[in-house]
Amino acid sequence: MLEHLLLGKLTLDAIPFHTPIIMGAGLFMMVAFFAVLLLITIYKKWSYVWNDWVASVDHKKIGIMYLMLSFVMLLRGFSDVVLMRSQQALAAGNAMGYLPPEHYDQIFSAHGVIMIFFVAMPFMFALMNIAIPLQIGARDVAYPYLNSVSFWLTFVGAMLCNVSLVIGKFAETGWLAYPPLSELYYSPGVGVDYYIWSLQIAGVGTLLAGINFIATIVKMRCKGMTFMKMPVFVWAVLCAMILVVLAFPVLTVTLALLALDRTFGMHFFTDYAGGNIMMYINLIWVWGHPEVYILILPAFGVFSEVVATFSQKKLFGYTTMVWAIVIITFLSFIVWLHHFFTMGAGADVNTFFGIATMIIAIPTGVKVFNWLFTMYKGRIILSSPMLWVTAFFTTFAIGGMSGVMMAIPPVDFQVHNSAFLVAHFHNVIIGGVLFGYFAGAIYWFPKAFGFCLDEKWSKRAFVFWVTGFYIAFMPLYVLGLNGFMRRVNHYTDTMYQPYLVLAAAGAALILVGIMLQIVMLYVSLKNRYVLRDYTGDAWNGRTLEWSVSSPAPLYNFAVLPTVSERDQFWMDKQEGCGTPVSSANFHYQPIHMPKNTSAGFLIAFFAGIAGFALVWHMWIPGVVGVLGMVIAMLVRTFNTHTEYFIDAETVRKTELAHLQEMANAR
Amino acid sequence: MHGEAMVIDTHKHNADTTDVFGFWLYIMSDCILFGCLFATFLVLHSTGMQGPALKNHLNLYDVLMETFFLLASNFTFCLALLNMNQSKLLKVQWWLLITFLLGAGFITMEVNEFIHLAIAGYRWDISAQASSFFTLVGTHGLHVSIGLLWILLMIIQLPIMKITQTTKRRMTYLGLFWNFLDIVWIFVFTIVYLMEAI
Repeated sequence: MLEHLLLGKLTLDAIPFHTPIIMGAGLFMMVAFFAVLLLITIYKKWSYVWNDWVASVDHKKIGIMYLMLSFVMLLRGFSDVVLMRSQQALAAGNAMGYLPPEHYDQIFSAHGVIMIFFVAMPFMFALMNIAIPLQIGARDVAYPYLNSVSFWLTFVGAMLCNVSLVIGKFAETGWLAYPPLSELYYSPGVGVDYYIWSLQIAGVGTLLAGINFIATIVKMRCKGMTFMKMPVFVWAVLCAMILVVLAFPVLTVTLALLALDRTFGMHFFTDYAGGNIMMYINLIWVWGHPEVYILILPAFGVFSEVVATFSQKKLFGYTTMVWAIVIITFLSFIVWLHHFFTMGAGADVNTFFGIATMIIAIPTGVKVFNWLFTMYKGRIILSSPMLWVTAFFTTFAIGGMSGVMMAIPPVDFQVHNSAFLVAHFHNVIIGGVLFGYFAGAIYWFPKAFGFCLDEKWSKRAFVFWVTGFYIAFMPLYVLGLNGFMRRVNHYTDTMYQPYLVLAAAGAALILVGIMLQIVMLYVSLKNRYVLRDYTGDAWNGRTLEWSVSSPAPLYNFAVLPTVSERDQFWMDKQEGCGTPVSSANFHYQPIHMPKNTSAGFLIAFFAGIAGFALVWHMWIPGVVGVLGMVIAMLVRTFNTHTEYFIDAETVRKTELAHLQEMANAR
Repeated sequence: MHGEAMVIDTHKHNADTTDVFGFWLYIMSDCILFGCLFATFLVLHSTGMQGPALKNHLNLYDVLMETFFLLASNFTFCLALLNMNQSKLLKVQWWLLITFLLGAGFITMEVNEFIHLAIAGYRWDISAQASSFFTLVGTHGLHVSIGLLWILLMIIQLPIMKITQTTKRRMTYLGLFWNFLDIVWIFVFTIVYLMEAI
């Protein structure tokens, strides 16, 4: 009895000792994990890691941690790609490939979940954390402690998903876990439970971050920055975060109901006792469709910043740009049904959602033309962030076109759940979201780390990524039109094989691209003194984040800026007063800042224990996890010394050191 | 390193209004959460119904009592807030205690109702309707229970931390939360109980 309460369903059989691929991957992860711990111990960096990073509430450091999480999970998600693409290239006709169906199903489910939740979302939050407070002239986000909670919850969600690789298994249901397949009757294992609890934990983190950034943007802009003077990235993030706050509670409910079905035998989505499968599919897409706009809107924001900076010209059509974002935000909530036209809701309903979907192409088109007009007659610098933007124009146009095609219900009936759909959403998510985030990462990298990325390796990686992308996904359009369905691990008609071999070759090129990005990171790190950004303004930028040193000081702005123009920093530079405070005799004020706290990490840590316990029905550890969370929160509420002052002398020294550096650089 | 209370309030890295704004945002997200549960209840309560119907087991008088408990607790909480503004610490604690007892009365009656329903055969696992009933009403109950814990925390915390800007802000949050749960209950009362009983 006690054993059952402690360990639940968990036994040694849960570890797949007989599957070499999984064990190898698991072993690799363990080795990497312990190597990192060992290195920290050898170099005696534990107090540094704990105090300066784990407990940090500084938005810049949290941004960097998000970025690291995203990159590590990209490698994990991409290893799934390698497995899937090679399996499909091999398993034609009589050949069965090397992955059994139950393993293959876990791989494509994990791939989708990881790429959306643990690569794209953390990547987005990384860019937001690094750029937003600096762009609006604030010293931190509205709730720095909550920001730390959000990050660690996301981290724990990702780790729970990784644990499923070795202990037990992951969902075999696809990335949205449609019932009745995800119900206990058809999926009796722990895979779906891992799916539910890793997303539930990460989802709460995302929701809290959404609230945090709305409050930051609405309430903490510097003097003079009215809504219509905010940089477009800030607008895009504001709208994306409004979508987060509106959509993520729906995800929370949907997953909770599925969990109730599986844990307590309820009947929300079972195919008997009155359960309604389509209720799940409606709910999950009421979250899921806004989710893709949550991802793409910040990318649009990045493009707006990068295009203006590298064309050395002010953004064309700022007002229409803002309105386009707002309209997309609204429309994204009335198109969810286009994900399941085949449900049989009838011609009228399908028509409404089809037309609503097509209308989204209009504001999106407005944005694309605005970017093009910004480039028109601009003095374009083709640095690597700009290269990603130019690549985006074509890929996103193709992806958008295929999307509008599928918005026509009769066409959708033909290509529903085929490789055509797979090609479409990779086209917009890689060609739109990921390319945008790469551009943003390279653009803001000097601001976060203090040195630029190596341009040469950056461009090489770009070439492989983009060519690899086209070779990997264009064949899928052809395959889809010829009736090749998604998620198959074997097909009998060998006619498909050449296309899938080509797609695999494309994936291999992307793999080279990723490796070159690692080389780029390594080379840049090695040459960080050569690549150092002394001025704080690496790209001749236009907005406030470039007016402070790189990396920005802890308090961001020694004196909170005042703004009267959209591109205030650019205007200041034109008028020859780029640095706001240039006098050594300036009277600096002490600055009030939040103190670091490990409460965020502890709350998330116990949430992770609770999540793991719920997956395996281990009730005692479950109670321990929940109690731990509650106690960590309660103890924190009794702490009254949560903020401190940075004294004026420290501020003065930091600022003067930066001014000296700037003078030396000239 | 930390200055006087006055200095902290004027130089705090963000303003109190920012904090309350964030809590409003949270309340809105909670609205969506309940909205989804109501939608689920409305969709599932009539389709392919199996097993006993909720209608036969409802005791509207008990539900009315629950409603009075919750509404009264809201009133007493407002009295606590009023005393908070006049800095009468002991009175604040008394009214919070009464609020807690009323809220606890509500929860006790709700748990009691659930147990009776389950014994009468209307269990959460017999049909989609039952599942959505227990989940919707139970989620509200869970929120109220968290609110009770929070009230308890404030009763303990107020004498330790005294009436400061921080504790005032926390009482504002708690007030918003507690009011919000009342409003949700009005909808539960109407949509779940009254409409079901008709």
